[in-house]
Amino acid sequence: MQNETAMRAITAAERGLLSCHICTLLSRPAADGTNSDCPRCHARLYSRIPHSLTRTWAFLIAAFILYVPANLLPIMETKSFFGTQQDTIMSGVLFLWISGSHILAMMVFTASIVIPFFKLISLTYLVLSVQSKSPWHLQERSRLFRLIDTIGRWSMLDVYVVTLLVALVQINTLAHIRAGLGATAFGAVVVLTLLAANSFDPRLLWDFSDTDHDRH
Amino acid sequence: MTASLPATPANLIACPDCDLLQQEIALPAHGEALCQRCAAPLFRVIPNSLDCTIACLLTALLFFALANAYPLVELELKGNTVSSTLYGAVSALASQDLLSVATLVLATTILVPAGEIIAMLYLLIPLKFGRVMPGLPLIFRLVQQVRPWGMIEVFMLGAMVAIVKLSTFARVIPGVALWSCGALMLSLSAAAHFYNPRAVWHAVRLHAE
Repeated sequence: MQNETAMRAITAAERGLLSCHICTLLSRPAADGTNSDCPRCHARLYSRIPHSLTRTWAFLIAAFILYVPANLLPIMETKSFFGTQQDTIMSGVLFLWISGSHILAMMVFTASIVIPFFKLISLTYLVLSVQSKSPWHLQERSRLFRLIDTIGRWSMLDVYVVTLLVALVQINTLAHIRAGLGATAFGAVVVLTLLAANSFDPRLLWDFSDTDHDRH
Repeated sequence: MTASLPATPANLIACPDCDLLQQEIALPAHGEALCQRCAAPLFRVIPNSLDCTIACLLTALLFFALANAYPLVELELKGNTVSSTLYGAVSALASQDLLSVATLVLATTILVPAGEIIAMLYLLIPLKFGRVMPGLPLIFRLVQQVRPWGMIEVFMLGAMVAIVKLSTFARVIPGVALWSCGALMLSLSAAAHFYNPRAVWHAVRLHAE
């Protein structure tokens, strides 16, 4: 009981206040609801990201679809005297591992394979948990969202590796490296998961839990 | 547009991650306030935020110039030497009909970091001397929104991986730009550490009146 009074949470939305997503200023929107720009930084104000779940789903589904070619198609193709060798993301990791750079291999494996997969699964879980109005593990889910929001950028790693390899082993006579379609698909997956995380409004997690509590 | 802001309940702040309304508390220097409900970071107190941020950004500007003017790495194989600058790497990708990936690399390693450094310096240096530059709200918004797309630190790790891969069949000599990229990464993350948007708005309110 004591806990319940302490946990009685009032949100900005319940008070009719809007907090700016750019500069965090709290303001009260005009009574007629017309002028909803932040008085300080002039950003468009909203209580929750408009169509947050629909947009997150759209980016997620596109990312899931491109995830397949991103991992199956070669991200680069090496032509040398020994023939043509095609590298997918996974074979690039294996190459590093075999050549003895175990730490680097683990880093690339984490950045290119673990993080995108973990991010896709986690975001899907978060969106589904909002849609099913789950009141469980709110703090953990909030933390999960912040985690995937911070680590997502590291997936760009392989895009940069391919870029540099292509640039340096192009003019050379012994070998010639071309970037493959897999690189485009992979870059698209990274961008789409970043956009998906940007579209997801973590406040929705807590909104549904609150209405649930009030009903009981 | 007047400088005075509409009255909101005094010292209230809403958590960006869960919307919980909370009273702002006084923090010691370098302290950080977390949301009581979801533990999201709310705000920090950084002494001399403007000065330190400007210093770091000026350093970053210098290293950004070096990182783009010199070759990143040199590759030596049977007497032949090949080198590439950052922009050279982007245009190599573009010449292979991979315009989308080339654009992505160009934006995340050159355009966004350059834009961020220049725009922030344009706002912060005059602000330090008591002048609010025209277009401040717009530029502030743009910088806040494009900042996450600057990925110099990821690029740095990518360069290391590429060097290890290449060193299995050629001699790889790290260039001036590679060291500069490392220094750029450090000065940008130091700038991000010192930068406090609250200090900017505090100075704006002080000088706009």
